[in-house]
Amino acid sequence: MATTGIQVELDLRELVQGAVKRAMQLGANAAESVVSEGSEFGTSVRLGEVETLKESGSRGMGVRVFVGKHTANTTTSDLSPEGVEQLVRGAIELAKITSEDPMAGIPEADQLGQIDGDLGLYHDDVYSLSNEERIEQARRAEKAAMAVDARLTNSDGGTFDASIGRKVLANSHGFVGEYRSSYCSISAVPIASDEQGNMQRDYWYSVARTLKRLESPEEVGRIAAERTLRRLGARKIKTQKVPLVFDRQTSVALLDHIFDSVNGDAIYRHASFLAGKLGEKIFGANVTVMDDGTIPGGFGTRPFDSEGVPTRRTTVIENGELKSYMLNTYTAKKLNLQTTGNASRGLAGTPGIGNGNFYLQPGEKSQEEIIKGVKQGLLVTEFLGFGVNLVTGDFSRGASGIWIENGELTYPVEEITVAGNLREMFSNLSEIGSDLIWRGSIACPTLRIEGMTIAGE
Amino acid sequence: MEWGIQSVVSKASFAGETMEKRFFFEKYGVNERDLERYLGAALSAGGDYADLYFEYVTSTGLSVDESMVKSASQGISAGCGVRVVTGERTGYAYTDDLAPEKILRAARTAALIASGPAKTPVVSMKEPTHPNLYPVTDAAADAELSKKVELVFRADKAARAYDSRVQEVRAGYADELRRILVIGSDGTFAEDVQPLSRLSVFVIARDGKSSAKGSSGGGGRHRFDIFLTEKTPEHFAEEAARQAILQLNAVPCPAGEMEVVLGPGWPGVLLHEAIGHGLEADFNRKKTSAFSGLMGKRVASDKCTVVDNGTLNERRGSVNVDDEGNVTNNTVLIEKGILKGYMADKLSARLMGLPNTGNGRRESYEHIPMPRMTNTYMLSGDDLPEDIIKSVKRGLYAVNFAGGQVDITNGKFVFAASEAYLIEDGKVTAPVKDATLIGNGPDVLTRVSMVGNDLMLDEGIGTCGKDGQSVPVGVGIPTLKIDRMTVGGTGSAE
Repeated sequence: MATTGIQVELDLRELVQGAVKRAMQLGANAAESVVSEGSEFGTSVRLGEVETLKESGSRGMGVRVFVGKHTANTTTSDLSPEGVEQLVRGAIELAKITSEDPMAGIPEADQLGQIDGDLGLYHDDVYSLSNEERIEQARRAEKAAMAVDARLTNSDGGTFDASIGRKVLANSHGFVGEYRSSYCSISAVPIASDEQGNMQRDYWYSVARTLKRLESPEEVGRIAAERTLRRLGARKIKTQKVPLVFDRQTSVALLDHIFDSVNGDAIYRHASFLAGKLGEKIFGANVTVMDDGTIPGGFGTRPFDSEGVPTRRTTVIENGELKSYMLNTYTAKKLNLQTTGNASRGLAGTPGIGNGNFYLQPGEKSQEEIIKGVKQGLLVTEFLGFGVNLVTGDFSRGASGIWIENGELTYPVEEITVAGNLREMFSNLSEIGSDLIWRGSIACPTLRIEGMTIAGE
Repeated sequence: MEWGIQSVVSKASFAGETMEKRFFFEKYGVNERDLERYLGAALSAGGDYADLYFEYVTSTGLSVDESMVKSASQGISAGCGVRVVTGERTGYAYTDDLAPEKILRAARTAALIASGPAKTPVVSMKEPTHPNLYPVTDAAADAELSKKVELVFRADKAARAYDSRVQEVRAGYADELRRILVIGSDGTFAEDVQPLSRLSVFVIARDGKSSAKGSSGGGGRHRFDIFLTEKTPEHFAEEAARQAILQLNAVPCPAGEMEVVLGPGWPGVLLHEAIGHGLEADFNRKKTSAFSGLMGKRVASDKCTVVDNGTLNERRGSVNVDDEGNVTNNTVLIEKGILKGYMADKLSARLMGLPNTGNGRRESYEHIPMPRMTNTYMLSGDDLPEDIIKSVKRGLYAVNFAGGQVDITNGKFVFAASEAYLIEDGKVTAPVKDATLIGNGPDVLTRVSMVGNDLMLDEGIGTCGKDGQSVPVGVGIPTLKIDRMTVGGTGSAE
């Protein structure tokens, strides 16, 4: 595999440092280079038979140069000396056509650095299984799902995936840093049919940085089956306003919209309804949101951000008051603030803004207790579509879920939309669950929200 | 704009014999014997079929933001994907290093899917003639950078000049030139050079009390000149600015079921979500689509005829050959309301005994091809657009959308309206705020009661995502009336 061997590691560090040096020789006054390499394995099993088997490795490199106040960036998958020379020269050449931007630049030297010690991001066990064992994981997940109930008659399969990656970053202040990461995941997607032949599909998955923390294929399959079966016989309901309970799958999507709304890029362009609201009470007093890029083993953890700034823990919203935006060097300068270490980039383009481990502080009640407290309402379990306008905060998405009657879950509901405005929604959180569980780099407990509109019949 | 629906398959040419011919042979020293060796390795453990997909893409992107071109980017991506198919199984491996030993290793990895005696591939170096739907020289990617910069500055200027309430403008230009070579063990040999370019404008307008956004864009597989003549920066800038200004005074969208009229063009995203994905052959082979088993049955009113056509000149969704080397087609999906056809790739055509419609597409050499749409649209009907509006007592007139999504299995789909108006007593009245429309794929088109005579295709901005792979597509419809659909606003329906 591409990522084994000390020699190869040294090469990549030299490669990015060499590109930076070359850019400076060619007239840049600042430069940054990144290289990433990765290997991926994926298999899917459908109805007991292997459907796909995919395995590969890839590498790519990007360089960003500043010539005066002009910026440009280039990428390539050709890491030969000629390829790198072309990459750097191309960027220098390209910078001639861009405008002068007084805010352009890499971080100051004293802002650079990284968190020391093992952050638990890389476990080579994700790549330790043989092909047969990997296929078996996928097969077991699907089999466990299909075994739950006779109404599970078809399947979109079970999967097992694993990937490892390495990223090396260097810039002209002499920063060089690197980290490795690993992922593995199992999923199952069973399909159920009712007596009329109407089909429903749902899924479940487990993802982890090490095989040791992956849920068993049987557990993944069982949950996938339960989630699918509970959708059978879904109906439409009337257009109405009732309390909505968002489970963790949907509440996390709502919190994701909040991340997009505090993204410094959207803020300085006034493209967010939270622009200019720093220090103001924006949400209910029960809302506290944190971003922490330092949690060991976290899906959003990194030792440094994509500009070489150490990651950190930032209070974003405290008791409803907007405390901090999420910023990289450029957006911080635009807003006359300091970077929060949230620069994020792939190989191409200028750095954007990415979250660390971004979460809403949990409350006291379990999801069951929250549902118990609802006389008539809807547990929202899935969104369909992307109907969010961050400029206004207006929210309208397709949804499905389960109707709540006198605190009990009753029949499934589909083909409806739920609509509101994000600012009002997060001001009307009447309950926040205790169930904060990390299944990605954003996590949110169960939420109950008042005043939203269901559109149906 | 009027778009004729014509098949240009007969316009074969020998573009392949020009300077672009044998790109991979010259640049990477690929030769016939190597190709045989790679395919031989791919079939070393048996299998029904194997192919090699070489790809070399150069891309350029730049944008204006706060009236500055803050950055520009260029990239080169090259690689080769090797696929081995045996029964319903697919083995896949790729490399971004085109050295012979790396491709051979990928071939041996992909071969692991099969377990049987080795097979010998039939390698053909004879390229069948294929159509020539777009320019190979003078494509947008060849234009000088300064001309591309000029475009985004013009867009910025035009948007700001439109109205003083336009406060933020971002305009982006992107192009790519994609070279592909597909060699299959069944004698498939296809090379293509696929240009693609796009100009887009995003605007935020503000007045004393509210903010609103507007966006517009378009492009295709054109010569650069198209942006100086038809698809000008001013055209897109003014359209984005118009939408944003309009939205400043939008009222809450009503909630509930009502009559919906869709304007022509981009609202064709309805077809893409409601029926397009459900008619991709893979879902039907696996019987996981809400359309499974409906072939030959009524799925739309008799006013509806829907096609997927990859052969339209210079359209964003068109390709001379798909990513399996097959010539694309004009495929009838629904004829006068009856389900007639699926969109197939090699695998599903073989397993289902269907014609291969040339819909096997993939995002890049890193991806396994699968059935995908090209340009999907409904043919014009007889109704006058103004008569359609007049026929509605109270409903929604939606003319612009921000995209959609579908659950293939239960058929539920959504699409988000970004520009819509109330219709009251046959007249278009107040603009409404963004709202999602939701429906059920297999029956939404049965409620189409009027079809306009004004088919339009979108301006060339659509990208479709499926199983994590993005490909450029086109959509289109004439003005349509749907008798009942659920509209997801926050306002009162009465």
